[in-house]
Amino acid sequence: MHPLLTYAHRHAPLLTAAGLLAAWELACRLFAIPAYVFPAPSEIVRAAGTFTAPQLFGHFRSTVEVVIAGFVAAIAVSFPVAVMITHSPLLSRTLVPILVVIHSTPIVAVAPIIVVALGAGVLPRVVITCLITFFPLVISLVTGLRATPAEILELSRSLRASRNRELWFIRMPFAVPYIFSALKVCITLAVIGAVVGEFVTAESGLGYLILFSTSMMKMPQSFVALAILVVLSLLLYQAIERIERRWFAWSLPRRDPA
Amino acid sequence: MESPIIELAGVGKTFVTSDRSSTEALSGIDLGIARHEFVALIGPSGCGKSTLLRLMAGLLPASAGSIRIYRQPVSEPRDEIGIVFQRPTLLPWMSVLDNVAFPVKLKMGRVDPATLARARELVGMVGLADFIDKRPDELSGGMQQRVGIARSLLHDPDILLMDEPFSALDALTRDEMSLELLRILRDTPKTVVFVTHSIPEALLLSDRIVVMQARPGRVRDVIDVPFARPRSLDTLTDSRFNRMANDIREQVFTRRTEP
Repeated sequence: MHPLLTYAHRHAPLLTAAGLLAAWELACRLFAIPAYVFPAPSEIVRAAGTFTAPQLFGHFRSTVEVVIAGFVAAIAVSFPVAVMITHSPLLSRTLVPILVVIHSTPIVAVAPIIVVALGAGVLPRVVITCLITFFPLVISLVTGLRATPAEILELSRSLRASRNRELWFIRMPFAVPYIFSALKVCITLAVIGAVVGEFVTAESGLGYLILFSTSMMKMPQSFVALAILVVLSLLLYQAIERIERRWFAWSLPRRDPA
Repeated sequence: MESPIIELAGVGKTFVTSDRSSTEALSGIDLGIARHEFVALIGPSGCGKSTLLRLMAGLLPASAGSIRIYRQPVSEPRDEIGIVFQRPTLLPWMSVLDNVAFPVKLKMGRVDPATLARARELVGMVGLADFIDKRPDELSGGMQQRVGIARSLLHDPDILLMDEPFSALDALTRDEMSLELLRILRDTPKTVVFVTHSIPEALLLSDRIVVMQARPGRVRDVIDVPFARPRSLDTLTDSRFNRMANDIREQVFTRRTEP
């Protein structure tokens, strides 16, 4: 292969992204699309320069705080709920329908109601984030906790092991792959939840920044916030993947079986 | 015959399915198993042989009759029993050694040095000393089942219940495992109930073969296996071997004509 071609092959993802950005820039200039309708990448970079670093970091931080708090709350709620559902058929029959109802309620519709009920401040945003996140977590956890091979559970019963040990030594480890795939889905949901919360009530945050900028027709500024949100989502997703690789490598499928 | 240590009298098991209909899996099972006897349960699919094993293990309650082990009715799993399952069902995140020691971890919460030493010894006994720190997915199917056997021997049970332990293995590995099991039992004699689909396997391993029939699961015949111990693959060439195998095969595959 020609060395240039080899180079292109190796950096294909990067080149594709660069190509798309170039096309975007070109289209905006060619058709003279005004920045307040749809800004070119260069306009967005210029707009980023209009903020001070502490300004942007402030918005970033208040969003991250809500995302993390809501996500952690969702984990804290979903684990016990999932364990209860797995252990008790009665709770499974009574709790699951309620969870489905909660999940079926459009979160965007409930958000203003939650804000009125809980007042302005961080709490309603955390609750909204938690609500949008915890249902997929519970469902995946229950699926994972039930995915334990029946014979291992028979082994556990034949030893008359306590339910607690069965949960921690058998069911939880077997559920780890399910837990991590759920966490990866949910961390991006948590970002959505935080932004929805900020749309309804906030004085800072990236969602607030988008709302504020668009209301002032400052489209490039809103794109800056959007870009940071995307980066935030990617970073959080990466973080979870790293935790999985670093501490739960045993749960990953082996690449080269012996 | 000395008095049996496992006694089944009129044992029946009926499963109630979710649509409220019931299936009679086992009916009127009478069986006595003596100390250090090797009994094979053989029969067509659905004859309830695995269910019978689980009743003896105390994992399922019987619907009728009584099961006694050491003269005590079986109401829950007992310490004298070790179980080997059809699939090795090892914990994929643990080493061979930790898998063998796992029952104690599950029961006590942690593994003491004495148990670990015993587990190490058992891993050596099933011929996996070189693989002691490997994970299950680095082992072949036969090696995994060896780990399963070693695990079932951890608490040195008097009784070993084995549910088609070699059925997932290829034919060559099966023979190898059968000989391995014979060797282990010669060194540490145990009472064994062994569920199998394989007639040669049953003949090679057991003292008595319980032939079962399906719908409902019942004992059709109990056959004494005459071959002297210690047995080896030479047993397979015994002139009586093929004749007995054919007799049993006929019993398994022809339905008994009801009176």
